[in-house]
Amino acid sequence: MKYLDEFRDPKVAREILVELKKVVKQPWVIMEICGGQTHSIIKNGIDQVIPGELELVHGPGCPVCVTPLEIIDQAIAIAEQQNVIFTSFGDMLRVPGSHKDLFMARSAGADVRTVFSPLEALKIARGNPDKEVVFFAVGFETTAPGNAMAIHQARAEGLTNFCELASHVLVPPAMEALLSSPDNRVQGYLAAGHVCTIMGWEEYEPIAAKYQVPIVVTGFEPIDILEGLMMTVKQLESGRHMVENQYVRSVSRDGNRPAQEIIKKVFEPVARKWRGIGEIPVSGYGIRDEYADFDAEKKFAVGDIKAEESPLCISGDVLRGQKKPHECPAFGKECLPEHPLGAPMVSSEGACAAYYRFNRKSLEQRAKSRE
Amino acid sequence: MPDKPIIPEALSCPLPIMDHDTIQLAHGAGGKLSAQLIEKLFLPRFGNQTLDKLEDQAVLELPPGRLAFTTDSFVVEPIFFPGGDIGDLAVNGTVNDVAMSGAQPLYISVGFILEEGLPMETLHRILLSMEATARAANIVVVTGDTKVVNRGKCDQIFINTSGLGVVPEGVNISAANLQPGDKVIISGTVADHGMAVMTTREGLSFQSRVTSDTAPLNGLVKAMLAVTPEIHALRDPTRGGLATSLNEFARSSQVGISLEEGAVPVRPEVNGACEILGIDPLYVANEGKLVAVVPGQQSAAVLKAMRQHEYGRDAAIIGEVTSINPGLVTMRTGLGASRIVDMAVGDQLPRIC
Repeated sequence: MKYLDEFRDPKVAREILVELKKVVKQPWVIMEICGGQTHSIIKNGIDQVIPGELELVHGPGCPVCVTPLEIIDQAIAIAEQQNVIFTSFGDMLRVPGSHKDLFMARSAGADVRTVFSPLEALKIARGNPDKEVVFFAVGFETTAPGNAMAIHQARAEGLTNFCELASHVLVPPAMEALLSSPDNRVQGYLAAGHVCTIMGWEEYEPIAAKYQVPIVVTGFEPIDILEGLMMTVKQLESGRHMVENQYVRSVSRDGNRPAQEIIKKVFEPVARKWRGIGEIPVSGYGIRDEYADFDAEKKFAVGDIKAEESPLCISGDVLRGQKKPHECPAFGKECLPEHPLGAPMVSSEGACAAYYRFNRKSLEQRAKSRE
Repeated sequence: MPDKPIIPEALSCPLPIMDHDTIQLAHGAGGKLSAQLIEKLFLPRFGNQTLDKLEDQAVLELPPGRLAFTTDSFVVEPIFFPGGDIGDLAVNGTVNDVAMSGAQPLYISVGFILEEGLPMETLHRILLSMEATARAANIVVVTGDTKVVNRGKCDQIFINTSGLGVVPEGVNISAANLQPGDKVIISGTVADHGMAVMTTREGLSFQSRVTSDTAPLNGLVKAMLAVTPEIHALRDPTRGGLATSLNEFARSSQVGISLEEGAVPVRPEVNGACEILGIDPLYVANEGKLVAVVPGQQSAAVLKAMRQHEYGRDAAIIGEVTSINPGLVTMRTGLGASRIVDMAVGDQLPRIC
């Protein structure tokens, strides 16, 4: 497939690996921000073939994983109300709330539907004027333009039975929160290619300068990730710290201006709670007051629902790069993909699920070789 | 896709004149309308010496040997999809389940649960498709049943089929038979059926050329057994896909299975749909493919025979059975690393981004 196969070519990958081994002189800790990158690293076994000096830690860039428990509980509370059609991307349905997930709400009678785009939720709203159609608007900057567009479109059409439960989060504030933490270990970042496709990379330049970390905007295929690592290591080894762009086929410094415009029109920056990390100021998008009619949190008055995380789950440490998934005492025992305790075990992009699905054997082998 | 795909059989065999043009509750009540349904719709499609007697049961002559017996229910939505419909799926699914024992399927039962209001035309099209498929699979419908439920109590039509066949002498196929050194062969491209259904379902708004692979595999199995009766394991990787069937093999036999990334054939258009939705083709349902485990020495000859059969043209060796990692399926990636190919957990869920 064009634009994919050439970035999966094992021959090219091996050439980069040979060069990478020459370039690395000392140990470095590098975080890939995006869950899509984590998935690709584990699926392709990149962590098994890179030089031993490099440690990859998996960042908080999986929207499913960082969506706080109470938003899931709010979603379930809305979905369970009479006359509601609750729509969501597929992988949110299995994320456990405090007591149940959206699948369980559906089997108990709630009308919960999977959609592939918020515009499909709009279509459902048009076809069901006597029902309230709610879309679960989660994700990073990548999904924000589509979700903003759905609200904009609903207003333009005069649709009054559509709203969104918004829990958008932003990458740069999370990076700053990690970097300013006293126990931070991360020395370089692979920034998320899709987020930067929308937002560009200008906003990462002050972060690279302030914390003196290289940041390389990186794609998702094996060659992208190896190239991103190479660019990061070259900066680290030469003491540089700037923003560079590996993902040139998709990202420009300015990003996608029309997409940014529609985000600004509908959403405003707000404080957001991150699952496992806690509240980070100005780290998400909320729906502007001008569009309050489309804000499910206001329409359904679920803002008071609060929730506590499972004490067994160390997803906060995993999402901050402090611990690897298999270092969790519940990993593969109480916490499994079929009954996850924390969100990183749910989404295929979650670090725990990626470790569980693709990497158990090498973990077992490593454990044996240590014995 | 048009609302009602035109199938050649529908052109040649018009719907018989019926008292009602939709299914009524009385069609399942055992009275005059039930009799009309059987005589005008079912018997012309499936009629044979056994069924025509209209007894409460089929009394069958069976050749000597061990019996293979299976049952399956079909609730697919949409009921018509590119490459097939619920009718041919219901016949092929059961034919294939019987055939995966090495048996040649002989007889099939068909039970319908119909929703009140189902257009007679829709039922007729499904019956035509079942008739054609049963003929292609060389299997006889010997008994059946019809129930009608109130509107809203089922989704248009559900079909249950059971199948019976006889396992040839000297054939012993089981998921527990894998031996280190065996080769794993897939009969063709994976994920066609699941992606055809998924991309057709209401709401998935992109055009697609993906068509289902629904097909009867008993002929292919016969051709493989003609090469060697020593086939160790066979399975048709339906729900849960190839990854799930291989995990079942590895667990039953307590062996490892090592796959080569890139060796599993996937059509480009299917791969494209999977990439867009973030779905792994290894976990997507097939309805006209089998995965075989055969001794290494016989693998080339079996592969050759498969490729000469119409349902095995794209057959490929995709991996081998090992003594290491018992119970696990692993895949060697293009980078030379190794990862686990686990069982599927529930349905595959399209990712957010």
